[in-house]
Amino acid sequence: MLPAALRSDTPAGRIVPPSGAAARLVPLTSAAMALLAVLAVAVALAAGRIADRWETGLAGTATVRISAPPDQMAAQVRGAIRVLETTPGVTLVREMSPEDRQALLAPWVGGDLPLDTLPLPAILEVVEGAGGVDAQGLRLRLAAEVPGAVYDDHSRWRVPLVQTARGVRTAGLVALGLIGAVGAVLVAVATQAALAENLSVIRTLRQIGARDSFIARAFVRRMTLRTAGGAVPGALAGAVVLAMVPTAPGGLLDGVAPAGADWLWTLAVPVVAAVVAFAAARVTAFRLLRRVP
Amino acid sequence: MVEFEDVAVDYGAGDLLAEVSLALSPGSFHFLTGPSGAGKTSLLRLISAEIAPTRGRVRLFGEDPAGMDRDGIARLRRRIGLVHQDCQFLDHLTLAENVALPLLAAGHDPAAASQDIAALLGWVGLARQADALPPTLSGGERQRTAIARAVIMDPDLILADEPTGNIDWDMSLRLMTLFVELNRQGKTAVVATHDLALIRAVKAQTQARVLRIAGGRVALAGADL
Ligand SMILES: Nc1ncnc2c1ncn2[C@@H]1O[C@H](COP(=O)(O)OP(=O)(O)OP(=O)(O)O)[C@@H](O)[C@H]1O
Ligand SMILES: [Mg+2]
Repeated sequence: MLPAALRSDTPAGRIVPPSGAAARLVPLTSAAMALLAVLAVAVALAAGRIADRWETGLAGTATVRISAPPDQMAAQVRGAIRVLETTPGVTLVREMSPEDRQALLAPWVGGDLPLDTLPLPAILEVVEGAGGVDAQGLRLRLAAEVPGAVYDDHSRWRVPLVQTARGVRTAGLVALGLIGAVGAVLVAVATQAALAENLSVIRTLRQIGARDSFIARAFVRRMTLRTAGGAVPGALAGAVVLAMVPTAPGGLLDGVAPAGADWLWTLAVPVVAAVVAFAAARVTAFRLLRRVP
Repeated sequence: MVEFEDVAVDYGAGDLLAEVSLALSPGSFHFLTGPSGAGKTSLLRLISAEIAPTRGRVRLFGEDPAGMDRDGIARLRRRIGLVHQDCQFLDHLTLAENVALPLLAAGHDPAAASQDIAALLGWVGLARQADALPPTLSGGERQRTAIARAVIMDPDLILADEPTGNIDWDMSLRLMTLFVELNRQGKTAVVATHDLALIRAVKAQTQARVLRIAGGRVALAGADL
């Protein structure tokens, strides 16, 4: 199970007998946990990216839709532009041309309808500065001065989407924490089993003058190597799974697989697994050795 | 080297040993004898600080183990070579590795001492078995391995608890010769055995004295042995 590079053991590491049922399960469980951890990391990263994209990509733009009888339309558009231009935070106001409006509707009604005969609403595109706009105040002013204008900053659907993405990211991080905690408990239990299995070894070592730290180190080393030995192939398997996620642009799973430097996080998984195993085994070994007379 | 001051041991069923005062001087050789259950093993365990006296004081190399933490006691143990009746080894390591174990535990590099290890195994007559695993050894071979392991750290004090427990007469004499040799090199030795014939056979070779445990008291035996 262990890669050859990790199997070569120091003499001090070899004082723990190599067998032991509980210890043999450590690489297997560690591989499974590493795979899950890689997937959880990818989900958390992807959700974070998606949240950012929706937030920064769509924030900063808004539209004002104006529906009015044809004879009042021009006046209302002028009124709305005046209101917008005097609103703090608005950097640009542009009226959508009839061609643009037509292009917007074409997918729904086809391109050959004489749209200019229909009483279509006018659409103003609004670009907001970094500080944003007081949407509530703007709505009140528009309602007072331009009765046919509706201000839409997309927040109605943008905010819940961003919140969902953030929630998914939090869930990913919580899952990651749970995987780490369960891994630590597993290593602690395996260490405990290994110590219990080797009480006579411990007694013999004590008699020849071995200190607790010497005995503990051998067990901790064994557990850390076994965990790392399982986590490396587990994380690799996770990376392979992620690499196979279909990445058609705009597809449902687009952006789930890590991109660029984010792949480095999958490398961190075995390292973190080894650190967690080291800490869990060390705490367990020292605590139990103090109890063995 | 080892001093007892009015030491008593009580495991909870009354005093097993009481009023034990003795001083083992450096370079001395003592046999420890007495009937089964008299407390020979307990006395040795007091010396190696495996148990603490219920009353009184034990001093080892001039220090009192009672005031020491576990690391301090581990440090003391490195100056003691222990040989038990049924010696425990790490069964997955070779004889040579088992003999080297005290070095490893003390933070030394066993590879640097490979000549010493080979010489020791030769001395106890196990040069050919250096790479054997402990479970394949006979009782006498195990005891000799234990003696080699006990002296690899060049200890000042050798404690042996029934080292000839289930070993034939010739091999018992051979083992005893090893202890006598170690004592001649200046090491203090305490060998517990209930085998009076063995004591008589070996006593002549050394200045050995005999401590006899009877009725919870320890006394020097006279010429009546
Ligand atoms: N840890 C212990 N807890 C309780 N009682 C003990 C303990 N160790 C020894 N005893 C008791 O103390 C008595 C003396 O034991 P000890 O092993 O010192 O005798 P011994 O002289 O070495 O005997 P033997 O010749 O059979 O080895 C025995 O009755 C034993 O049951
Ligand atoms: Mg005994």
